[in-house]
Amino acid sequence: MVAYTARRLMLAIVVLIGMSLMTFYISHAIPGDPARLASGAHAKAEQVESLRVQMGLDKPLPVQYMIYMKGIISGDLGTSVSTRRPVADELKEYLPATIELSVFALIISVVAGVFFGIVSAVRRNSALDHFLRVFSLVGASIPVFWLGLLFLIFFYKQLNVLPIGGRIGIGINPPTKATGLYIIDSILSGDGIALKSSISHLVLPSITLGYSSMGVFTRMARSCVLEVLSADYIRTARAKGLKETIVVYKHALRNAILPLITLVGLQFAYLLGGTVLTETIFSWPGLGSYSVTAITNLNFPAIMGVTLTITTLFVVINLITDLCYAIADPRIVYK
Amino acid sequence: MADIKSFVKFFKNPLSVIGALIISALVMAAIFAPVLATHPPNEIVMADKLAQPSPAHYFGTDEMGRDIYSRIVYGSRISLQVGMQVVGIAISIGVFTGAVSGYYGGWIDEIIMRITDMFLAFPSMILAMAIAAALGPSLSNAVIASSITWWPWYTRMVRSQILALREAEFVEAARASGNTMFGVIIKYILPNCLSPLIVQATMDVGFAIQLTAGLSFIGLGAQPPTADWGSMLSTGRKYMLTHWWYVTFPGLFIFLVVLGFNLLGDGLRDHLDPKLKNTA
Amino acid sequence: MEEVILEIKDLKTYFYSDKSVVPAVNGIDLLVRKGETLGIVGESGCGKSVTCLSILRLIPDPPGKIVGGQILFKGEDLLAKTEAEMRAVRGNSISMIFQEPMTSLNPVFTVGDQLSEAIRLHQGVAKKEAKQKAIDMLKQVGVPAPEQRAREYPHQLSGGMRQRVMIAMAISCNPDLLLADEPTTALDVTIQAQILEMMRDLKDRLGMAIILITHDMGVVAEMADQILVMYAGKAVECATVKTIYKNPMHPYTVGLLDSIPRMDVDVEKLHVIEGVLPDLSNMPEACCFEPRCPDARSICSQKEPDLEQVGDSLVRCWKYCPEWRQ
Repeated sequence: MVAYTARRLMLAIVVLIGMSLMTFYISHAIPGDPARLASGAHAKAEQVESLRVQMGLDKPLPVQYMIYMKGIISGDLGTSVSTRRPVADELKEYLPATIELSVFALIISVVAGVFFGIVSAVRRNSALDHFLRVFSLVGASIPVFWLGLLFLIFFYKQLNVLPIGGRIGIGINPPTKATGLYIIDSILSGDGIALKSSISHLVLPSITLGYSSMGVFTRMARSCVLEVLSADYIRTARAKGLKETIVVYKHALRNAILPLITLVGLQFAYLLGGTVLTETIFSWPGLGSYSVTAITNLNFPAIMGVTLTITTLFVVINLITDLCYAIADPRIVYK
Repeated sequence: MADIKSFVKFFKNPLSVIGALIISALVMAAIFAPVLATHPPNEIVMADKLAQPSPAHYFGTDEMGRDIYSRIVYGSRISLQVGMQVVGIAISIGVFTGAVSGYYGGWIDEIIMRITDMFLAFPSMILAMAIAAALGPSLSNAVIASSITWWPWYTRMVRSQILALREAEFVEAARASGNTMFGVIIKYILPNCLSPLIVQATMDVGFAIQLTAGLSFIGLGAQPPTADWGSMLSTGRKYMLTHWWYVTFPGLFIFLVVLGFNLLGDGLRDHLDPKLKNTA
Repeated sequence: MEEVILEIKDLKTYFYSDKSVVPAVNGIDLLVRKGETLGIVGESGCGKSVTCLSILRLIPDPPGKIVGGQILFKGEDLLAKTEAEMRAVRGNSISMIFQEPMTSLNPVFTVGDQLSEAIRLHQGVAKKEAKQKAIDMLKQVGVPAPEQRAREYPHQLSGGMRQRVMIAMAISCNPDLLLADEPTTALDVTIQAQILEMMRDLKDRLGMAIILITHDMGVVAEMADQILVMYAGKAVECATVKTIYKNPMHPYTVGLLDSIPRMDVDVEKLHVIEGVLPDLSNMPEACCFEPRCPDARSICSQKEPDLEQVGDSLVRCWKYCPEWRQ
């Protein structure tokens, strides 16, 4: 198990290095001159030039890359061109918001998706099955940015029951920082007002984002459960006299869940991509909105930082799901 | 594959029929846009700005008094074109790299597979954003960016088909009768990948439209005043709380078209892939 | 005479598809007494397994459905019971072992968990006690190092061991009736003999009745008291083992017995029953064995014979009817 984890980590590092090369190349291919942009519209040519040297932009690309990678090892991701703050500090600020949003969205899509999938499989070909199939197809087809806008029109403007955006109500102090996730922090510090406000802010964005990837889980859960339900050991379980709910939720689900674990890791990439649009719509101060601003400002240290963070996040999540798989399936012995 | 009986069966599934209808409507709208539109798509009438839906403007007007219905009708051309282009480019790259990977194997295969790993390990939206930004915001760059994030899926699919079929008996027979391996791939193996490829491509056209609309929404795709659904939503966002129709209709059409391709692809899958019938 | 444990009257189990109806079991009668073993023989697809699954009401529905008859277990009709009442019977007073030991155990739970599940369910004992009972059961079916085995997962056991576990599971609640659906078919010959030996031993010790399904005439000869020969969803012959081996009456039974390889007689070639099972969804009003029967006459393809008492046997064949001589 340890050896397997180590090998997976090595592979993850290879992927990360490849990704950093690619984004480094892409972010330097962005048209426009970051030095000129950073020094302002009225700067003189010499000022721009000296800033260019200061930012290390006069060196050849491979050298710039090496300098950058060296910085990463010591936790330095460069300085944001637009705010002049260290990118690492900014990422630390924005990352928890994205984690909070994507994790809640993931929980919604996995729980709802798997549950609907089981129901569909158990009541195969019923009206309910067909309805759920269409329901999850709609989720996969609906553009998140449009769904988000519709939710806002309905829940904010018409009903006025949920806030228009942000992570917490204006005038409410964020909970004492421990994890950076407002919901967990406000529970830890016993701050009821902050908890209520942050939940109400999280509802729409996480449903919007979660619904879009729910269908994949429904479809997969349905076909896995159907396959497992026709297995011999399910017949054995029934022949023992077990209740159908125990047969389905204990014997079948425990087997059907295995391929779903891997899917969770893969779907997470999709969710992280979806955060860009969701965060933009709900003014959610996370990596998604940060990256949109970074791209419009040609802020490439920030772009690099975001892509590396997200790749790392994705790789770590997949590593965790693979290890969960190994724990959940007794037949697998990693060497 | 296409005998009449199975054709009839395909159309017995109401969902597939709905999908087929939506897509034919889209194609019709794209072809007959000038006939169907009630106004020129870019005609600015400031006096009519932000008008509610009415018989004069079925879906209302935008902030410059342009007719939203007509812009949506013309926008169908862009959406259809974008979807086809993205999938077309992705398939071309994917089939080529997949065939090379499966055919040569060894270190070439290893390199191509690690590259696809890298692409697949990365959220497509963010990669597409970075590429689109690097190339400069325009519709054709958004198409290129989307295609670049998409091809690895096809590489994987074609490669795995080739590996699976390499050892199949009919392939052995074809090789024994003097065909080169490359000839076998073109003549025997690729036609066998066709069914899963068609299913995947159908669904992907929808998702490609969704992705490029997303890029347009954050300003990295079609630029104003192009009548593109994604960028209409993007500008409409400012008016969403006061003028609901502005964002509702363009988004509805993106949704319907993506749904249409999904339903069609789903129907085709049940239809072309008998293995999945029992579980689906 | 011992007490009657199970009596089936005119059982009909049909399978429905879009186009057709398959009468997998089409009017079976049988009777099993306490401590007795009934062997059901016939080739694959003749309805043996469906009969057993019908007794436990485990026919997958859809496509299957029990459409008629009675299944009297100790005088009570199982078909009239509610699903909850039926669950109290399954794994408790009637239990079943299946043909595929490799796939019949759940791969993600330990052997001990799967064994104690039924014990806890039907005997209402505590978790710890059930665990101990599970280990005892493993010991009873001859699993070596039962404490350790109970902690293992099915994939860590051999096929023979898994079948022992299945049997342990089936007898853990002292059933009155054990349904054994080809319990040894998937196993090596030597393991087969061990398992059969063990089952016979258990039957004598626990006094349960067994319905043993097999297509192997050798196995029934060793194990059974009564034999029911099934063909195309119907009984074609029913008698004691002795009677059938001494005096097989139905041409199909004769064919089955002739196809057993024998050590004591020198034969050139093994006998084979020509042809295949007919299409059950499209049966003519005739003897279903007629197309394959070496003795068939014109009457056989015109009307279906009834199951009649002939000597010590019940036989469904025109050969033993007065009409045959006409």
